[in-house]
Amino acid sequence: MLERLKEFASEFFVTGDPLIYGADVAIGITIIAIVSVLTYFKKWGWLWRNWLTTVDHKKIGIMYIIASIIMLFRGGVDALMMRLQLAMPNMDFLHPEHYNQVFTTHGTIMILFMAMPFMFGLFNVIVPLQIGARDVAFPFLNALSFWLFFLGAMLFNLSFVIGGSPDAGWLSYPPLSELSHSPGVGQNFYIWGIQISGIGSLATGINFMVTIIKMRAPGMKWMKLPMFTWSVFSTCIIILFAFPILTVTLALLFLDRFAGAHFFTLDLGGNPMMYINLIWMWGHPEVYIVVLPAFGVFSEIVSTFSRKKLFGYKSMVFAMLIISFLSFFTWAHHFFTMGSGADVNAFFAVTTMLIAIPTGVKVFNWLFTMYRGRIRMATPMMWTIAFIPCFIVGGMTGVMLSVAPADFQFHNSYFLIAHFHQVLIGGVVFGYFAGLYYWWPKMFGFQLEEKLGKWAFWTWNIGFYVCFMPQYAVGLMGMTRRLSTYGWDTGWWELNFVSTIGAFLMGVGFLFQVAQIADGIRKYKTLKASGDPWDGRTLEWSIPSPAPEYNFAVTPRGDDVDEWWEEKERRAKGIHPPEPVYEPIHMPKNSSIPFIMSVFWFVAGFGFVFGWLWMAILGLAGVGICMIARSFSYDTDYYIPVDEIKRTEASLRGSV
Amino acid sequence: MAQAAAKHGENHAHGHDHGHHDPQEMKILGFWFFLISDVILFSVLFATFIVLRDNTAGGPILSDLIKMPGVIAETFLLLTSSFTSGLAVLAMNQGKVKQLINWLIITAVLGAGFLALEIYEFVEMVHEGFSYTTSAASGAFFTLVGTHGLHVSLGLIWMIGLMFQLKKRGITDVTRGKINVISLYWHFLDVVWIFLLTIVYLMGVM
Ligand code: HEM
Ligand SMILES: [Cu+2]
Repeated sequence: MLERLKEFASEFFVTGDPLIYGADVAIGITIIAIVSVLTYFKKWGWLWRNWLTTVDHKKIGIMYIIASIIMLFRGGVDALMMRLQLAMPNMDFLHPEHYNQVFTTHGTIMILFMAMPFMFGLFNVIVPLQIGARDVAFPFLNALSFWLFFLGAMLFNLSFVIGGSPDAGWLSYPPLSELSHSPGVGQNFYIWGIQISGIGSLATGINFMVTIIKMRAPGMKWMKLPMFTWSVFSTCIIILFAFPILTVTLALLFLDRFAGAHFFTLDLGGNPMMYINLIWMWGHPEVYIVVLPAFGVFSEIVSTFSRKKLFGYKSMVFAMLIISFLSFFTWAHHFFTMGSGADVNAFFAVTTMLIAIPTGVKVFNWLFTMYRGRIRMATPMMWTIAFIPCFIVGGMTGVMLSVAPADFQFHNSYFLIAHFHQVLIGGVVFGYFAGLYYWWPKMFGFQLEEKLGKWAFWTWNIGFYVCFMPQYAVGLMGMTRRLSTYGWDTGWWELNFVSTIGAFLMGVGFLFQVAQIADGIRKYKTLKASGDPWDGRTLEWSIPSPAPEYNFAVTPRGDDVDEWWEEKERRAKGIHPPEPVYEPIHMPKNSSIPFIMSVFWFVAGFGFVFGWLWMAILGLAGVGICMIARSFSYDTDYYIPVDEIKRTEASLRGSV
Repeated sequence: MAQAAAKHGENHAHGHDHGHHDPQEMKILGFWFFLISDVILFSVLFATFIVLRDNTAGGPILSDLIKMPGVIAETFLLLTSSFTSGLAVLAMNQGKVKQLINWLIITAVLGAGFLALEIYEFVEMVHEGFSYTTSAASGAFFTLVGTHGLHVSLGLIWMIGLMFQLKKRGITDVTRGKINVISLYWHFLDVVWIFLLTIVYLMGVM
C-alpha cells in the first residue's frame, strides 16, 4: 500500500529538479502566508464579500490586472531562465527537455494569461465609464468570465509542480502534442487551462459588444464613441469569430488524446496540417485581439497629453474595422513553408501586406495629433511615444516576413522571435503599461510618483533594444528558435550574450515598476488624485476617483467624442449643467455562483487532465447544478435609494 | 421579500430609472451573438468533416451505413418540434400559460424522440464496425453529428427547467425573455440539422 502511494506520488508530483523543489517551497510558503494574514486580520469575510463574489466591473477589472501582473512575473522568470541558458549554452543550466517546457509555458502564459487578462482588465475598468454606463450588460456573466480565466490559469500553472509542464510549444502542433509523442499529462493541462479560460474570453467578447451597442449614454452616436471603446468593440468582433475556432481545435486535440479519435494523428487517416491551419485561424486574429486595444489606449493618451482632438477620428475607426476583417485572411503566413503552392502563398502574402496600410494610417494619425500639440511628458505619454518607432520597426520586419519566398529563410529563426517580441512588447505590453499608468488614478484614487516610473521606462526601453536587436542579426546568421544549446563555432555567442543583458535590464525595469507601486501604496494618503488628474477629455474623468459603485449618479450625455473636454469649456464660459436630479439606481446583486462554478470547472479540468473520469463527471455535474441554480434565482438585483446616493456624492465631491 | 424583489425586477423592463436599456432586449441581442459563435463552432466541425470524410483508413465507409428512412424520421421529428416551439411562443404572446407549457412538453417529447433515433443510429453503426476510433472519417462524423445531439440534449434540460419556472411564476417579463431565447435556440438547432442532413447524409449517399 505504502509502496503504491509512493509510486503514485512520484508520478503525480514533479520530482528531480532543484528548481522545481524551490518552486514547491515558494508556493507552500506563499499559501501559508496568505492564509495566515487573512486569518490574523480576520479578512476572510471581506475577501468573500468584496472580491470573490463581486459583480462590479471596476473590481473585476482590478482583479484581472493583478492576476495578469503576477503572470507577467512568471512568464518573465521563464524568459530570463531561457536567456540565461542561451548566454551560457554549454553550462546545462536548463536541460533540453526543461527548456522545451519553459518556452512553452512562457509563450502560453504571456499571450493567454498575461496579455489577455491585462486587456480585459482595462476593458472592465474603463469601457462602462467611458460610455457613461452603470455597469456592463451582463455583470454576472462578467464575474463568471473572470473566474473562468483565473481558474483556467491556475490549472495551467499547476502543471509546473503536479504532473509536469506541457512542452510542445505555445501552439502545441501535432503530432508532437498527440499521445504518441507527448504521453504525459502536461499537454492535457495545456488544453484544459486554455479551454476553461477561453470560454470566459468568448463570454467577455459578447458581453462588451452588447454593452457598447446598448448602453451608451444618450447622445453618444457611433461616431462619437471614444477611441478606446471603439478599439474594444473591434477587438470583441474578432473574439466572437475567432475564439470558437480555438475551442473546437483544442477539443478535437483532446478527443484524439482522450477518446482515441484520429483528427490529427499520423495513423488511421488523421491530418496534422488541419490542426495547424485551424490553430492559426484563431492565432493570427488573436494577435490583433491583443494589439487593437493597445492602439485604443495610445489614441486616448496622445490626444489627452497633446491637448488636442485626435487627428483623423473616422480614418482611425475604419482602419480598426478593416484590420479586424483582414486579420481573418492572413493565417497561412505562419507556414509558407508547408508547401501549399505559389498561388496560396501569394494570396496570404498580399493580405498580410495589406494590413500594413491601415496600420500605417493610424501611425500617421498619432503623429499628426502630436504635431503642434502642447505635449506633456508624463509616463503614459512616454510609453506612447516609445511605442511608435518600436512598432514601425516591428511592422517593417513583419512585412519582410510576409514576403513568402524570403520567409523560407526567416521562418522559425531568431529573426522571427525578434519580430514578434517587438510588436508584442513594443505594441501590446507598452500599450497596456501606458493604459495602466493613465487610468491608475481612476482605478485607485491616488497618483503614482513619476520618478521611479521614469526609471522603469528607461530600463525597459533600453533593455528592449539591447535584447532584441541582436536577435534579428543572429537570426539572419542562422540561429533557429527553440534551441537550447549551440556550438562555439557558430559565432552566435556574443550576440546572445548581449541579448541576455538586455533581458535582465527589462527585468530590472519590472522591479522598478513593482517598487513604484509599492511606494505609491505606502504613501497613498498623500498622493490622492482628483477626478480629473490629467485634464482628460472623455467621460471617465468627469466622475470622482475612484468611481463610486454606481459610477454615474445621474446618467450623463455623450454628444461629443471629447464630451468632458467640451463640458469643461462650457463651464469655463459660465454655462453650468442643471442641478442633478437623483433617482434610485438599479444595481446587480453579488453572487457566489461564478466563483463556485469556476471551481467546479477547475475540478472537471483536473479530472480530465489525469483521465479520472469520476472527478471530471463530478466537476461537470457541479457546473450543471450551478447553472440551474442561476436559472432559478430571480432575486438578482436591488436599488440604491436616493438618500444614499446623495450622501455618497456629497462625501466624494466634497473631498475633490 | 424575495418575491417583492422579483416583482420589482419584472416591472423593471418598463424602466423608470435609467430608462434607455431594456434587460430582456439586451439578453436577446447577447444570445444572437452567442449563436454567431455557435455557427463558427459548427462551421469548424463541418470543415473538419469535409476534409476527413474520405480518410477511412480501409475501414467502413459512412455512405454504406446511412439508413435514409431513419434520418428522414429524425428530420421530421426535429422540424415538427421547431414548429411546436413556435406555437408555444404564440401561446405565450396570448398570455396562455397552460397552453404554453403544453406546447413545450410536446416540443420536448419530439426532441427526445429525435435523440433516441439518433442514438439508435449511432449504436447500429458501431455494430457494423464504424466506431469512434475506427478512422479519421468516423471520428469526424460522430463528433459533428454528436455535437448537434449534445446541443439538443442541453436544450431539453433547459426547457424542462423553464417549464417549472413557468409553473411557479407564470408569464412575466423575465420568463417571457427566457422562452424567447430558448425558442430562438431551438430554431437554430433546426437550421444546423438542415445543414447536417444536406452535407453529411444526402451528399453522403449521393
Ligand atoms: C520580458 C521580455 C521577454 C523576453 C526576454 C522573452 C524571451 C523569449 C525567449 C528567450 C523565447 C524562446 C525563444 C526560443 O527558444 O524559441 C521566447 C518565446 C516566446 N515569447 Fe517571449 N520574451 C519576453 C516577453 C514576451 C511577451 C511579453 C510575450 C507575449 C505577449 C512573449 C511571447 C512569446 C511567445 C509566444 C514565444 C514562443 C514560444 C514558443 O516557441 O512556443 N514573450 N521569449
Ligand atoms: Cu499571423
